[in-house]
Amino acid sequence: MRILKLILKNLLRHKLRTLLTILGITIAVAAFGLLRTVVTAWYAGVEASSVNRLITRHSVSFIFPLPLAYRDRIIKLDGVERVTFANWFSGVYKDKKQFFARMAVDAETFFDVYPDLLVPKDQLEAFKRDRSGCIIGNQIAERYNLKIGDVMPIEGDIYPGRWEFTVRGIYTPRDKITDPSNMLFQWQYLDERVREEWPGRAGVIGWYIIQINDPEKTAIISTQIDQYFKNSPAETKTETERAFTLSFMAMFSAVITSMNVISFVIIGIILLVLGNTMIMAARERIHEYAVLRTLGFSTSHLITLIAGESLTIAILGGVIGIALTFPMAQGFEAAMPKGWFPIFNVENITLILASSAAILVGVLASVFPIQRTLNTKIVDGLRQIG
Amino acid sequence: MAIVSVKNISKSYWRDSLEIPVLRNISFEVPEGEFLGLMGPSGSGKTTLLNLIAGIDQPTRGTITVANTDVTRLNESQLAKWRAQNIGFVFQFYNLLPVLTAFENVELPLLLSKLSKKERREHVEFSLKVVGLEDRMRHYPKQLSGGQEQRVAIARAIVTDPTILIADEPTGDLDKTSALEILDLLEQLNKEFKKTIIIVTHDPRAAEKAHIIKQLDKGELT
Ligand SMILES: Nc1ncnc2c1ncn2[C@@H]1O[C@H](COP(=O)(O)OP(=O)(O)O)[C@@H](O)[C@H]1O
Ligand SMILES: [Mg+2]
Repeated sequence: MRILKLILKNLLRHKLRTLLTILGITIAVAAFGLLRTVVTAWYAGVEASSVNRLITRHSVSFIFPLPLAYRDRIIKLDGVERVTFANWFSGVYKDKKQFFARMAVDAETFFDVYPDLLVPKDQLEAFKRDRSGCIIGNQIAERYNLKIGDVMPIEGDIYPGRWEFTVRGIYTPRDKITDPSNMLFQWQYLDERVREEWPGRAGVIGWYIIQINDPEKTAIISTQIDQYFKNSPAETKTETERAFTLSFMAMFSAVITSMNVISFVIIGIILLVLGNTMIMAARERIHEYAVLRTLGFSTSHLITLIAGESLTIAILGGVIGIALTFPMAQGFEAAMPKGWFPIFNVENITLILASSAAILVGVLASVFPIQRTLNTKIVDGLRQIG
Repeated sequence: MAIVSVKNISKSYWRDSLEIPVLRNISFEVPEGEFLGLMGPSGSGKTTLLNLIAGIDQPTRGTITVANTDVTRLNESQLAKWRAQNIGFVFQFYNLLPVLTAFENVELPLLLSKLSKKERREHVEFSLKVVGLEDRMRHYPKQLSGGQEQRVAIARAIVTDPTILIADEPTGDLDKTSALEILDLLEQLNKEFKKTIIIVTHDPRAAEKAHIIKQLDKGELT
């Protein structure tokens, strides 16, 4: 028998209490893991956004358009490598519950500025040749069982009417943080029809995406662009893609913040649950610990005994909780409408956070009982009736 | 040659800022191999004196030397180590760990030693044989009678072969027969194994077994 066995025997002393404590930690750690996963899924867009790309949008809001003519001006600036643009299209595919981004883009330049979207060369050429062609993410292709040559009918809302696009290419994301669920088609196709049906809305785009050769120049180039279009009918606001994504997400910031807060409140709750169990155990065993010290057990033995018990409970609960995070995340993703979270992975950082939280809680929960045990003089402990 | 030497010991407890003297200027010696009985009315300071000799409490004044070690000069961690090697303590209420079997309870002090598992088993089995409980090794304390529990506690106290055996009213909670068995056992340990024993007792029969009796009254030896 070693100290470890004594720890185990102590754990089994109140089986139900230990079990409930482990269960409490399990649930909390799993909930923590799920919440963190949702939060990281929200931020996946930020992660993927490049510091080498600037976004120029209308100074009031990105829902207001900019003239296409700005492009020629921007491309001339020092430090600008490429300029492309995109336009939000939205629309309804199949039914209103199908979420994924549908955008009109410049076929010639868009995929040069977005090397994170990998398109086979022949497919990209086919896309450029077909006015009504589109390129979709592999997740979209899988979800709707779409193949090259298939037609995607979309009911327009911003641009009313029936639109039909032929799938000419399927892109795969370069990495796990790239959105695999976009649908991109030729802006020229949109503009032609707009020119016929709503001539007043023609010749405009949603936002420019500017590839620069040096992230250090972000500030200079942004100011140059915005200065240049100052006092024009459509003033601009230029920022990094990351800042742009963040400001887009700021609309949901309250939700994200509360999820962030809740995930850490959960850790506080585990601490209380385990702390309570450990304090109860320490109080019951004041007498016993005094007996052990009389036998010659040292301060460090007692710390091992108490912290060991606390950590064992915390780690058991943590491990089961982390194991449960995966099926829970899967279930959550399945329960959400398709496309809400194009990237939904239980990240390593979440696992690291959850396990460190469990270990930290295990340590913290034993601090007070250890202090209390060591501050009790042996003779006082022995006089306590256990 | 005295194995225990108590010199000018005083001990006070403080309640708020009020000093409560419990032991006043006590001196005595215990020769090696002695069986010493401490008697006296309840509250006279017997337990306090034992605790000082056992190194689980420190005197306010005076020195205590056990086997040439000045116990009052050791710090807490040195004391813990010293107790593990030198003191066998038997309590009135046995104080066995309820989650451990008789064997494991007796093995407990040996976990602090460098003995191998096999050596530990031999020591534990020997101690349990000495107290006559070799057939109860796998029993838990609640499966034993009070007398048997106290015998396990004695086995635990002698398993490390300590310098002295200290017993605080070891028969105080036992019926007559069991009490006699325990006293016989202590006498046997003293005679056969030459253990120095200091015992606090109210029991006149215990007093008979002791070679010397010291009376404590209101913190003073009489
Ligand atoms: N830890 C302590 N704190 C305060 N007072 C104590 C403490 N231990 C003992 N006393 C007091 O010291 C006196 C002697 O106690 P004790 O040594 O237990 O006596 P005995 O064992 O002879 O009955 C009693 O009055 C008791 O209340
Ligand atoms: Mg007493």
